[in-house]
Amino acid sequence: MGLDRKAVDHVARLARLDLSDAERDRMQAELTNILEHAERIQALDLDGVEPTSHAVPITNAMRPDEVKASLTQVDALANAPAAEDGRFRVPRIIEDAG
Amino acid sequence: MGELHWASATELARSLETNEVSSVEITQSLIDRAAAIEGELQAYLLPTADRALTDAAAADERRAAGKSLSPYDGIPLAYKDLFVTKGITSTSGSKILAGYVPPYDATVVARCSEAGLPLLGKLNMDEFAMGSSGENSGYQITKNPWDFERVPGGSSAGSAALVAAGGAPWSWGTDTGGSIRQPAALCGVVGVKPTYGLVSRYGMIAFASSLDQAGPLTRSVRDAAALLQIAAGHDPMDSTSIDQGAPDLLTGIDGGIAGMRIGLVKEFSTEGTDPGVRTRIEEAYTRLEKLGASLEEVSLPSFEYGISAYYLIAPAECSANLARYDGVRYGLRSDGEDIIKMTSRTRAEGFGTEVKRRIMLGTYALSAGYYDAYYGKAQKVRTLMIRDLANAYSKVDLIACPTSPTTAFKFGEKTADPLSMYLSDIFTVPVNLAGNAGISVPCGLSPDDGLPVGLQLIAKALDERTMFRAAYAFEQDLGFASSDEGRPKL
Repeated sequence: MGLDRKAVDHVARLARLDLSDAERDRMQAELTNILEHAERIQALDLDGVEPTSHAVPITNAMRPDEVKASLTQVDALANAPAAEDGRFRVPRIIEDAG
Repeated sequence: MGELHWASATELARSLETNEVSSVEITQSLIDRAAAIEGELQAYLLPTADRALTDAAAADERRAAGKSLSPYDGIPLAYKDLFVTKGITSTSGSKILAGYVPPYDATVVARCSEAGLPLLGKLNMDEFAMGSSGENSGYQITKNPWDFERVPGGSSAGSAALVAAGGAPWSWGTDTGGSIRQPAALCGVVGVKPTYGLVSRYGMIAFASSLDQAGPLTRSVRDAAALLQIAAGHDPMDSTSIDQGAPDLLTGIDGGIAGMRIGLVKEFSTEGTDPGVRTRIEEAYTRLEKLGASLEEVSLPSFEYGISAYYLIAPAECSANLARYDGVRYGLRSDGEDIIKMTSRTRAEGFGTEVKRRIMLGTYALSAGYYDAYYGKAQKVRTLMIRDLANAYSKVDLIACPTSPTTAFKFGEKTADPLSMYLSDIFTVPVNLAGNAGISVPCGLSPDDGLPVGLQLIAKALDERTMFRAAYAFEQDLGFASSDEGRPKL
């Protein structure tokens, strides 16, 4: 199954990757090639086989719900590319009302 | 003892114990060694010589006061840059994390510090551990100490190259599809991918969470067991950590392999494997038999689909994990008039080509309409692989095969064709998919090109003791690692 350019554009948008035209061209060819190899698994009869998401059967590791020290606000913001008034600063998300 | 920088951690521990040498002397010898080789080798992203010497002086004081933290207190190590280190830049080899200074230590780092191991620095790697040659680093190209025109393997490129070149007795790497074992094989050192869940992933910058596992790279099997033991064991900070104490990996390691049953995989055809690799691997099988193991053929029919399943599952998990790099909380940030443009430009500028490729592949495999055909099926193949292995372990104790189908290849040889690079992981990815343990142990130099070849031994989950016992017996009988032939001439 090949990937058309529209699919590449769609996936790049989903993945939040602002790829150049040249990158999209290359990606289309390379992903098609890799997916052709992956196609081999389509030949297997997998009816009734349970999927495995995790090789170790651990579910719901629980711990006591205790209050403990966590990162300070200063530590949490120390690596922020932009911070203001103790918060992460981002481009405007909410439109002005009215 | 000969040159300090070639001594194993086990030998160094003995010399510290008898006061023949101090931690400061050991540490200084490794800093001097790095100064001599790093111009070409380029294993370090960030050497921390001052920190190492401070740590070493503290270790010497503890020893003098009879308060050593462990038998290895004062023996230095270095980490793949994927482990976060408090107050020390940690980038996972990516430009998107340039200058990121973590506020905490990974559990592996914390446990090694608690054992008194001085920190030599942070090591180069393929960006976010995605690669089999080290060439995908966002920063520099690490060379293979056996031949500077060849790759050290990847993604734990710096971890393997530094240890092979006598720059450290041991280092930590991580292995998602072969990223410890393959560079260990290509650089002629020992590399271990422990059972999934044996070592905490807390503070390991995530790539594919159901596959990632930390492990040691060393020049001897005993050192690998010792370093693994320091960090292994349950950690409440990792919900996938197996809830049991640290295993005793050293007791009985020299017990030999008489009566052990070792499986050779019928479906691992010799096609595509270098003749020189084949020669050394077949000799290794004969040696295991000579040492008293019985060899049996085992059938793992699903294994030929390992690469296909892996290169759907790992990118799918990577696309989810790497969504966190959005230009808001840490790392690079590009300009953009709204949040989507800001995030999309940040990611386009910060990630390298291979990382973008895998994010695209994973996003596609998880997207509406394709999920069942790709990701869903790959997860079912994973089940088949686990079943096949369980069947094999009903007949044998361990499985033996090559670690890599080739010796170290030349720079640029596989970068033009991503699929050919992916196929170098053919013998290693099944171990991650099944959550088993694997070790690569040197088995000599290829008669074709004089480059190291690695033998892989695979054990069922939590059977590291059997794996180490076999690897140790093989290593001791071969005598390669401790000989001059086992060291690169650089």
